[in-house]
Amino acid sequence: MKKELVIIGGGPAGMSAAIAAYESGVRDILILERDDSLGGILKQCIHNGFGLHRFGEELTGPEYAWAYEKQVHEKGIPYKLNTMVLDISSDKVITATNAEEGIFTIQAEAIILAMGCRERAKGALNIAGSRPAGIFSAGTAQRLVNLEGYMPGKNVVILGSGDIGLIMARRMTMEGAKVKAVCELMPYSGGLARNIEQCLNDFDIPLKLSTTVTKIHGKERVEGVSIARVDENRRPIQETEEYIPCDTLLLSVGLIPENELSKSAEIELDRVTNGAIVDQDRQTSVEGIFACGNVLHVHDLVDYVSEEAAIAGKSAADYIQNQAAEKICVKLTVDGKIRYTVPQRITKKQDATVYFRVADVFRNVKINVYCGEKLVLSKKKAKVAPGEMESILLKKDMLDACSELSFRLEEE
Amino acid sequence: MMYDVVIIGAGVVGGMIARTLSAYDLKICILEKENDVAMGATKANSAIVHAGFDAKCGSLKAKLNVQGSEMMQQVTTELGVKYKNNGSLVIGFNDDDRKTIEDLLERGKQNGVKGLRIVEKDELKELEPNIADAVVCALYAPTGAIVCPYELTVAAIGNAMDNGADLKCNFAVVDIEKIEGGYKVVSENASVETRFVINAAGLYADAIAAMVGDKSFTITPRRGEYILLDKECGGMVSNTIFRTPSKMGKGILVSPTVDGNLLTGPTSVNIEDKDNKDTTAEGFAHIIREANENIKGIPFNKTITSFCGLRAVGSEGDFIINSPKQGYINVAGIESPGLTSSPAIALMVKELLEAQGVILTLKDTYNPRRKPMHYFREASLAEKNEIIKKDKSFGRVICRCETVTEGEILEAIRTNPKPSDLDGVKRRTRAQMGRCQGGFCSPYIMKLLADEMNITVDEVTKYGRESKLITGKTKEAF
Repeated sequence: MKKELVIIGGGPAGMSAAIAAYESGVRDILILERDDSLGGILKQCIHNGFGLHRFGEELTGPEYAWAYEKQVHEKGIPYKLNTMVLDISSDKVITATNAEEGIFTIQAEAIILAMGCRERAKGALNIAGSRPAGIFSAGTAQRLVNLEGYMPGKNVVILGSGDIGLIMARRMTMEGAKVKAVCELMPYSGGLARNIEQCLNDFDIPLKLSTTVTKIHGKERVEGVSIARVDENRRPIQETEEYIPCDTLLLSVGLIPENELSKSAEIELDRVTNGAIVDQDRQTSVEGIFACGNVLHVHDLVDYVSEEAAIAGKSAADYIQNQAAEKICVKLTVDGKIRYTVPQRITKKQDATVYFRVADVFRNVKINVYCGEKLVLSKKKAKVAPGEMESILLKKDMLDACSELSFRLEEE
Repeated sequence: MMYDVVIIGAGVVGGMIARTLSAYDLKICILEKENDVAMGATKANSAIVHAGFDAKCGSLKAKLNVQGSEMMQQVTTELGVKYKNNGSLVIGFNDDDRKTIEDLLERGKQNGVKGLRIVEKDELKELEPNIADAVVCALYAPTGAIVCPYELTVAAIGNAMDNGADLKCNFAVVDIEKIEGGYKVVSENASVETRFVINAAGLYADAIAAMVGDKSFTITPRRGEYILLDKECGGMVSNTIFRTPSKMGKGILVSPTVDGNLLTGPTSVNIEDKDNKDTTAEGFAHIIREANENIKGIPFNKTITSFCGLRAVGSEGDFIINSPKQGYINVAGIESPGLTSSPAIALMVKELLEAQGVILTLKDTYNPRRKPMHYFREASLAEKNEIIKKDKSFGRVICRCETVTEGEILEAIRTNPKPSDLDGVKRRTRAQMGRCQGGFCSPYIMKLLADEMNITVDEVTKYGRESKLITGKTKEAF
């Protein structure tokens, strides 16, 4: 089978990319989705708060997904459900499987990677103690509660204050469970400020910062957890250890872009984002393969995912129609206080919005962009935090005579 | 009905014994206190087929290790179990270590281990490019190998069952009564009668022996903690890397697994509580420190899980395989190299039975072979498509990280020994065993398991008894 454009993943990124490519004139599109419907993880996000930026109103996850799915149907963009991509080669041959067709291959002219991310699992944390039933990642619990109608527990401790953990603290409470604490290793939450307010404070759920779970208790089902405050090196302070009886531990300890397929396609990855290194078109190091959404870097809001995916969709269309060669190449570098930028390089002389995330909470700072030692752009920020993605617009005239732009976070 | 042989304990030892005896015209029953097979020391160990240079010359351990190691390839082929002859290295950092390595070489030769030799730093670097710079030499054992212990056990017991053996899980033996011509083995709510009892109860072998009046030995649990890393890291070493044993024990090894992960561990601490499989912060720190001394740059941030096993250490310094009473056989204190020795132990038990007057007649229906558990995964593209054409469920991927299909999961649930909990499916199929550790697929597998077992999803457990995953329906609290 041959296709002009194959999109891996039918979540918010995949759908938005498909629509943008269609609107740019590409018709030979195929979306491959591993689940039994389009929409991705939004289907289980039944809370509201989606779409404020994009649609100017608060939608639920399924409503937001439907806004895009409806367009996929209207435009007649083809998709295959229950179809798992097994491999992508660097010459853009996709191997996939489903029940109806078995294992098949597609030669694509362009590919958009939109596989999303997965949650970091408990195993990665090396928490001491037993390994009983009752330990779930927050997203798994969300699926069980919202899609399957099952309660994963009654007395809950949540480790990690990522947004899914915060959302699930509220969700479990509303379903009658008692959420005893949300523990966060860092001195600040990794979630959005509005979620701390609406999901924890409004329900009197304590957020314990600089605190971690040191031990899991229980032979068959979780019976309790030990928690302790941590010092500035994130090591538990033994004297502060306390025992909280509970039957469930939910984990919201980070999201990891799912880039196994990107690796099989020999795409160069960014060690900080765990996603592909891309240019402003969201094109990866392999020509004709684009990436967008949470597989590229973890976003705070789905609105930004859609926006980014539309860029990728339009760029892929442009690639298919023009096979345009790269022109200039400006590398974007960071100072560590700024952890990463997306894109990581600029290949065309045009305005480009650069997204970035900081490594810690900083107040009254400037985001300065240098060409060599020459300051070319400066933006003041009263507060930046790791949980909130920032952006800055690079004007095309800044790209003249510069092979590298360094992004630095500097005190005022 | 009276069984000919009852085996207490469905670990690798009980499993290999059952499989060996299932070739003969015997009525066999395996009793297991847990909800599945391979739940004790078998579930959590280093997964090594040892070459055989460790055990003291003339010991039962030495003899059965070398014999078992030689049998393992054939056994795993027949059972369709993954086996990899990857070789092993005992690395030395200084002159003391070199002396010990020379002693091990000598001991290995006496034990009959083939191909042993000492390799110097340059060759070692070629064998293992990531070996630490401080390593000066190593004992190379080309016969060292790796195998998956629970896969082997599931296959051995499945094969025994296919050849007529019974398995009763959740049968915790509380008493053994002498009856006419044999024994009555009793649990809280059931009992079986048998001519012969084989005690392969691992950590609890001393308690079982005491039930027939044999108090000649005790078993002490020895904790061993492990850290397992992502498949991305499986290629960091190709041989199994041991440290030179010292007074402090054998130390932390670094090994690839047959499934392509990287395994590091174990710690080694004697404890009291036979149920305490807790991991510890000290254990993690110990593993990470020593593993990094052996191999350069192990990315522990790619850890996918950590676990702890308890080795059944006998009081006699050697395996305890004997028959203190007519009709009763101990197979106890089977610590390392127990996995390696298990096929040879099974042969020895067979001989002990014969010595007690059991006449073994080979069944003409006996089939030593079992369909490989991972045949679909190993099949070619064309073969896979043939299978999917016949059964569409093999085209539907459930576990993304390990690429396990619904067909493979359903087949595992329907194959002896049938799993009845989530972890049982995991050990048989590898679904939930990858990077996300079941984050995405466990709700699907719970549904498949519930449907197949004709129970509701909220009755599905992680590993039997009260390890329920769901506490009820939503809205129940209102």
